[in-house]
Amino acid sequence: MEIDKDFSYTEALVACPECDLIHSVPKIREGEQGRCIRCGALLFVRHKNSLNRSLAFALTGLMFFILANMFPLLTFQLEGQSESNRLIDGAIAFWNAGYWELGIVVFISSVVAPLAVLLVLITLLLPMQLNRFPFSPQFQIRLLTHLKPWAMSEIFILGIIVAFVKLQDFADVSVGLSLIAFVLMVVATVMAYLTLDESALWSRLKEIRT
Amino acid sequence: MTAPVTAKSTGAVSCHVCGLLVSGRYIAEHSADCPRCDAVLHSRKINSLSRTWALLIAAAVLYIPANVYPVLTLVSFGQSTTNTIMGGVIELAQSGQLVIAVIVFVASVFVPIFKIVALLFLVVSVQLRLKIQRRKRALLYRFTEFIGRWSMIDIFMISILIGLVKLQALATVTAGPGAIAFAAVVIITMFAAMAFDPRLIWDDEGERQ
Ligand SMILES: [Zn+2]
Ligand SMILES: [Zn+2]
Repeated sequence: MEIDKDFSYTEALVACPECDLIHSVPKIREGEQGRCIRCGALLFVRHKNSLNRSLAFALTGLMFFILANMFPLLTFQLEGQSESNRLIDGAIAFWNAGYWELGIVVFISSVVAPLAVLLVLITLLLPMQLNRFPFSPQFQIRLLTHLKPWAMSEIFILGIIVAFVKLQDFADVSVGLSLIAFVLMVVATVMAYLTLDESALWSRLKEIRT
Repeated sequence: MTAPVTAKSTGAVSCHVCGLLVSGRYIAEHSADCPRCDAVLHSRKINSLSRTWALLIAAAVLYIPANVYPVLTLVSFGQSTTNTIMGGVIELAQSGQLVIAVIVFVASVFVPIFKIVALLFLVVSVQLRLKIQRRKRALLYRFTEFIGRWSMIDIFMISILIGLVKLQALATVTAGPGAIAFAAVVIITMFAAMAFDPRLIWDDEGERQ
């Protein structure tokens, strides 16, 4: 492959993030993706209306996140007494029991990071939708990259399922409204990520700036 | 075989945040910050192998208390049951919840050990300059990075139980010290996977022996 090495920085070439092999950026159609010929890592994806759709999913996700915090997740009944818990109660319970490290970990991974991901996406994409420049797209995109591994809502859902199954053995447990909202929040967030095409993001930013 | 053209071989650096390819000349003349997203540019993750080693050793040490100490205690009608990670899996299996038991076993017992062994193998294979099965090793890394977070299931499960089951004499769930060690193993192995640079697997491809 002939590669023009005389560039300052370029969007015409891309190095595979997992093996560093240089590829020239092909013209791929919407809905298609390109993988590294050497290691198979995903290099490019193109989505139709990527930024609009990602914003719509992020706003939907935020709405469900708010709903998920308003009602109980699970309700548990035993001998006529009942208890229910909200999303943040797990983190608070760890904190109160003296396991403050776990309280912080659970708070970040189930509340702060999932919310922050949605807020960053919205504050990035909403101004762009209105033809304005976001306050600091560089910072926002870097923040998004670093937040991503710590937002663990989908794993939290499995945690709820396991807790539910364990409790069923000795008490009556029922699913609260918030659990449904929480599941929908996770679906919307995943969709917001999947539809977001970063190269479209950068080229749109360039358009707005000029 | 001729050496493949990589960013490194042409003196360029690919931004780890936004993927922009920046030439060595730009970095020398301007700065080592990405011109598009401002992230600090590195050709390879800094001290990747030694950091991965250190984190893996820490995770392996903590794996022992994580499995020996109880992670939760259930007191119900005066009877108390204390579970370790494995004890929780066995209890689920005994109560007939096989599917859930398998999920928890894979996430809590198999995944942490698999991650530690897989990353150790990757680090050592790079240090020994192993030339075979690069693509399979790349796949192994991708898989290891993907599954790591799923071990948090047990921590979330415990957080939900202790937040929900607090009916004093009737039923109360409390967390055990094993939970801290277990969460530490999960988080440290996540950092270990992030510290490893998969490009090192490929870096000596096409070099003269
Ligand atoms: Zn590659
Ligand atoms: Zn960048």
